[in-house]
Amino acid sequence: MDLTYTPEEEEFRARLRTWLAGVLPELPPKPSPRDWPARRAYDLGWQRMLYDAGYAGLHWPVDAGGRGATPTQHLIYLEETEKAGAPYVGANFVGLLHAGPTIASEGSAGQRARWLPPVLRGEEVWCQGFSEPDAGSDLAALRTRAWRDGDDYVVSGSKIWTSHAEVADWCELLVRTDPAARKHRGITWLAMPMDAPGITVRPLRTLAGSTEFAEVFLDEVRVPVANRVGAENDGWRVTMVTLSYERGTAFVGEVVACRRVLSEVAREARKNGRWDDAVLRRRLGRLNAEFRALWRLTQWNVSEAQSAGGVPGAGGSVFKLRYSHARQELYDAAAEVLGPESLDLGREWTLDRLSSLSYTIAAGTSQIQRNIVAERILGLPRGR
Amino acid sequence: MDFRLTDDQRALKQGVRDLFEGRFGREALRAAVDRADGRRGADAPERADGKATAGGREGADGRRGEGARVLDRELWRELGAAGFFALRLPEAEGGVGQGLPEAVLAFEEAGRVLLPGPLIATHLAAGFVAGAAAGEVVVTSADGPLVEWLEEADVVRGDVTGAEPLVPVDPLTPLHRLPATDGRPPGGGAFRAARTPDGLLTSLFTAAEQLGSAARTCESAVQHARTREQFGRPIGAFQAVQHLCAGMLARVEVARAAVYAASVTADPVDIAAARLLADEAAVRGARDCLQVHGGIGFTWESDVHLHLKRAWTRTHRAGGATRSEEESADDLVAGTA
Ligand SMILES: Cc1cc2nc3c(=O)[nH]c(=O)nc-3n(C[C@H](O)[C@H](O)[C@H](O)COP(=O)(O)OP(=O)(O)OC[C@H]3O[C@@H](n4cnc5c(N)ncnc54)[C@H](O)[C@@H]3O)c2cc1C
Repeated sequence: MDLTYTPEEEEFRARLRTWLAGVLPELPPKPSPRDWPARRAYDLGWQRMLYDAGYAGLHWPVDAGGRGATPTQHLIYLEETEKAGAPYVGANFVGLLHAGPTIASEGSAGQRARWLPPVLRGEEVWCQGFSEPDAGSDLAALRTRAWRDGDDYVVSGSKIWTSHAEVADWCELLVRTDPAARKHRGITWLAMPMDAPGITVRPLRTLAGSTEFAEVFLDEVRVPVANRVGAENDGWRVTMVTLSYERGTAFVGEVVACRRVLSEVAREARKNGRWDDAVLRRRLGRLNAEFRALWRLTQWNVSEAQSAGGVPGAGGSVFKLRYSHARQELYDAAAEVLGPESLDLGREWTLDRLSSLSYTIAAGTSQIQRNIVAERILGLPRGR
Repeated sequence: MDFRLTDDQRALKQGVRDLFEGRFGREALRAAVDRADGRRGADAPERADGKATAGGREGADGRRGEGARVLDRELWRELGAAGFFALRLPEAEGGVGQGLPEAVLAFEEAGRVLLPGPLIATHLAAGFVAGAAAGEVVVTSADGPLVEWLEEADVVRGDVTGAEPLVPVDPLTPLHRLPATDGRPPGGGAFRAARTPDGLLTSLFTAAEQLGSAARTCESAVQHARTREQFGRPIGAFQAVQHLCAGMLARVEVARAAVYAASVTADPVDIAAARLLADEAAVRGARDCLQVHGGIGFTWESDVHLHLKRAWTRTHRAGGATRSEEESADDLVAGTA
């Protein structure tokens, strides 16, 4: 059990810290969370800065254009960028954290060359077209159809809850290519250009009032067969790769952010007198313990992943399960500290409290994570 | 950074597990419980007015015949011979020369089998109290309102004036209550000063024991869920049961990361976090394990209640949850979070 970082790792940290201290003050002001085009521009601008400084796709393999950093270096990167208050991945979330890694691991050389560099350079945004109105938790029930016509697939159906769809260039899309095959068998993973004719994006309003996600209607959209990642009808296996990245590494940096917010909440409580309430104070103390432990679990998982060649395992489900609830408790406690002011939508914590409600749903609900832990980690018999 | 156990640590953990399971397996546990249970029935009236005396008492053994004793002196000496108490003493002083992480692994295994006795106090006394390291002398200490194993200890560290016996909820942890002092709950900011090295280590080792117990009850629930059938299938195929088990594992894994990290850093705030997470994992894990076992879980014959009662008992050590939460809250405004 060694929690110290090697001299090389510490040097990496110091360099990154110096760089962040230099560039962050130069950043333009953050756009309104409701102005998607401005957010896209802001997020891509930040990605470009990372690229120019050699920090883009840090944990991606070198032959995918990444830096081939170890999971530990990636951890340091996430820790330092969050500590410094650097912009969040935002619109680059899908491309950098799961579509990209999936293509890097499952795509052909040509596909890697076509799609990965623009993600790293901050030129193209990806979205995730997995969920459908009748296929959420039961993802393999998806019905969006694709059939071959010459060198193209022709795709018809609809997707829902597609985050960033309004501003995305590409979509990691799951389609059914063999309706006769058993549920999990006839699925294919495609990269669909979002400007293809036949695509209609209809933004949905979230409970926070913003338009984070959208419905996407597909009416005979032509997607080149060359855009297929993995074999036809082998998309479920590819999807498992995508989901393991989505659950395994995507939330790590956020734990650091939560720890920062928790300190701010405690400082606010000191300022407004709520800190004298022992019940509230102890509640914040317990949250501090929880987030510390979650950070340790992250370090543990990273050490395990490092020894397993960098692929996040099913342990990501344990993390996601605990983290999503802890995040909601954090913002509930923040509301307690704010008192009546917590009803002011102008307060950052109020908006964050609302968006924290999605954490136990998106990327697989807590119920589904528990199923995974019970069946895949504990080996209990399959239910249903 | 490589947080995983080293090969040596894995080997040590396995060695300790083999030792405990061989020497204090399920039968030994139940025999000890029966001994304690029988003694409690016979003793109850006598103990109501039996007062303990303060300070390093010797020879308390004389009060009762060996047959009535719950603490197995033979086992204690074997633990001593195996190096359990001297684990962190330098080799030059006759110890094993291991560090905190190794000690934590050993206490985790002790928690797993519900090894009884003032293990932590005796471990902490090795090197100070003659005979403790070798397991010749049983040491307990007063670190809060309760003292464990007061009557069976040869040496007591701390002031136990006016200690009154309780009828302990855990048959294998005799308890005395100390008279209340000023009774004020500790406030924020007070903890940095109140920390003592022994208090911190007691908290850390307690967390390790809780972790071992939590891991054990999780395994026991999963094992039962795989084999017990109802409605024509194993109950583990029912989601309601699966989710109880998944929750148990999630608590164990988070607690494990926190406890191991605290053993490496020895940082008081890490220790407070480890303690909170491990207490939760042990107490809630035992409850959920009981639930998964259904009616059997509610019987004396099942071991589940022993885990739950010991877990409850441990939560009161070294200031308990209040102390850990305040310590952790304190850290938030001290700016090191
Ligand atoms: C903010 C946000 C962003 C999202 N972004 C995207 C995106 O970019 N791309 C994308 O493809 N999807 C996205 N999603 C969709 C998300 O993955 C789904 O909402 C999620 O998987 C749940 O599916 P559902 O909404 O259909 O709910 P349902 O599957 O209908 O579930 C409803 C309830 O039933 C429970 N339930 C369902 N099945 C079971 C079961 N077997 N056992 C126990 N309980 C069960 C669920 O836990 C839940 O409580 C997003 C969702 C949110 C909230």
